[in-house]
Formats: sequence, C-alpha cells, structure tokens
Amino acid sequence: MSITREFTKGLWEILPPFRLVLGLCPTLAVTTSAENGMGMGLATTFVLVCSNLLVSLLRKIIPSKVRIAAYVVIIASFVVIVELMMQAYAFPLYQALGIFIPLIVVNCIILGRAEAFAGKNGPVASIADGLGVGIGFTISLAVLGAFRELIGSGTVWGNSVFWESFEPFTFMVRAPGAFVALGLFLAAINLISSKLDDRKRRAQS
Amino acid sequence: MSFGDYMLFIVSAILVNNILLAKFLGNCPFLGVSKRMDTATGMSMAVIFVMVMAGMITWLVQYYILVPLNIEYLQTIAFILVIAALVQLVEIVMAKSLPALYRALGIFLPLITTNCAVLGVAIININEEFDFVDTLVFSLASAVGYSLALILFAGIRERFMLTKMPKAFQGTSIGLVVAGFLALAFSGFSGLVGGH
Repeated sequence: MSITREFTKGLWEILPPFRLVLGLCPTLAVTTSAENGMGMGLATTFVLVCSNLLVSLLRKIIPSKVRIAAYVVIIASFVVIVELMMQAYAFPLYQALGIFIPLIVVNCIILGRAEAFAGKNGPVASIADGLGVGIGFTISLAVLGAFRELIGSGTVWGNSVFWESFEPFTFMVRAPGAFVALGLFLAAINLISSKLDDRKRRAQS
Repeated sequence: MSFGDYMLFIVSAILVNNILLAKFLGNCPFLGVSKRMDTATGMSMAVIFVMVMAGMITWLVQYYILVPLNIEYLQTIAFILVIAALVQLVEIVMAKSLPALYRALGIFLPLITTNCAVLGVAIININEEFDFVDTLVFSLASAVGYSLALILFAGIRERFMLTKMPKAFQGTSIGLVVAGFLALAFSGFSGLVGGH
C-alpha cells in the first residue's frame, strides 16, 4: 500500500473513535467544547506519531514476548514529554484536560496502532499511519466538541452565537449528554457508511 | 475523618461521582464486556481486586520512592509500570494458588492494564492528597461503583437482543445512548451528598 493510502485510511476507513471504537474515555470526557476536544486530539496525535515512529524503528530489537510492556514504556515517555510541554506552554488547556493528559498512556488507540501497524511496518509508513489516525481523531473530537458546545452552552469556539434569551440545553455538556451525543454520532456515521456501501454495490452491479 | 465522613465519602464515590458514568474512566471495557452478564461480572471482580491493590501500591511508590528522590515527574511512567507488573504478578500467583478464581477472571486480567480507571484512580489518589486509609477506601468504593454500573448496564444490554431497533443504532451506538440515561439516573443521587 502506498503512503497516501496509509494516511487517508485514518480519516474515514478506521476513523477513531467512530469507526474504530477505541479511546472512548478522552472522547467522552474532554469534548465539552471544540477547543478542548482539539487540544486533546493534538496531544494524542503527537504521542501517536512519535510512538509509532519509535516502535517501528525498534521493531526488530524488541523481543515479541515483552513487546506490550516495551510499547507502554515508549508511549508513557512521550506522554510525560507532552505533559511537561503543556504545563510550560499551554497551561489553561492543561488545567482543562486535567487527569486525561496522563491517561493518554492508556488510550487504546495508541497501543492499538503500535500493535496492529507500527510493530510490523517501516518508519515512513508508520508515521503516515500515526498522522492519519491522529488527525482523524482530532477532527472527530473537535466536531463532537463543537456540537456539544453549540447545543449545551450556545457558543462556538467560546463566542456566543444565539439570541440573548436563548436557554442552552445544558444536558449536552454534562456527563449523560456525552454518552448520548457520542451514541447519536455513531449512529449517524453508521447510517452514512451503509448508504455509501449501498451506492458502491449498486455502481458495481 | 469520622465514621460519618467516611460514609459520605463512600456514597459519593459509588453513586454520585461514579467513576464510569460521571468521570468517564474505563469506558472501553465498559462497552466491550457488557454484552453478557457473566463477562460483566468477571470483569467487575477483576477490577475490584486490581484497583484496590494498585491504589495501595502506587500510593506507597509515590510517597516512599518518587517523592524522596524528587522524581515526581516520572509518576505516569512509574504508575503504569507498577500496574502492568502487578497485573502480571497477580496472574501468575492466581494461576498457581487460586486456579478456580483464575479460570473465572483469566481473560479479564490482561485487559485491565489498559483500563484507564485503574491508572485514573491511582492518579486521583495522589492529586487529592489522600492518606493511606483514604486511598484504600476510595479505591475500593470506586471499584464497587464501577462494578455496579457495569453489571446494571450488562443487565440492560442483554435485553437488546430481543428488541427491534433501527439498523444504524445497533451495537455500540444504542449502548452509548443507554449509558447516557444510566448516567442521568446516577446523577439523580447528587442530592444525597449535597452541595454538588
């Protein structure tokens, strides 16, 4: 498969968290606004690309019996780097995301890509894969965050957009709304992809 | 803390600030193993066991190794290694000494390493500056809350097999919507603790 293909599959085919239902905890927790969702997505992308690269470079050295432990250490090291960098340069975002920054370590998307892709493929393809999946994840989180922010607090990127007497539907920014919003998004994506599959099949026949 | 304070603390961790439904920790296994009641119970037992052990050990690691050596920034790496090693150790010991329990929990133990609820509770214990007894109580109460939500959810999800629903909603999608209503039900308990 070509490099572009490795990149673009992360944007639709295995788009996390919708097509590839992994990494739900950060998805549910930080998408109260578009800004938080995007920050989380970018932090995850950085860790994902770096860990994919390192895992791919070391894939012939790491013995397969202890590979999961080795991957976890690699991922954890990059998470610490992100954590310290965010403390230094993006402190408000660091506070908003809170406990979910150290928890990037146990985001199953990253370990999943290391195990399913980077451990078997070369460094360039692994970077493309990491970037694709990471950017797909970032876009998903930003869109979900924007949706919840618009309905739940009546704002877009922190700017109020509705008329003055608009009463925001605060259910959406609270915990139960996170589950319901993600469930509805997942259903929408299922619907779109089954429609697309139908069309493809009809075009072929 | 007095006895009453502890009760409040426990009720809050189990019901009001439920780790799964209010703090969003450990959601991947929550959706993964909740399709059947027996897997949900197995996972719950494994989580209770590992979360309490991990809570205690990471607390000791933090205050007797990381803080004296001034390397708190390594917390994330140290904790995940402790949890991974602990899970492995529990697996080996259990296979040798408690084969019946091992057979029941077997496949769920390795999954727990990447259950963010375990690492999450370990980090919350440190962030909230709990002492050792608080850590023990909080870890246990959180794990019980996790199990309660997981088993209730599995009970609801088993009914889906008999239900007709739009194709797009089948599987995880309807699961998430129902989890949202479960979260809504749990948030109804917030009056119990007050001030939330």
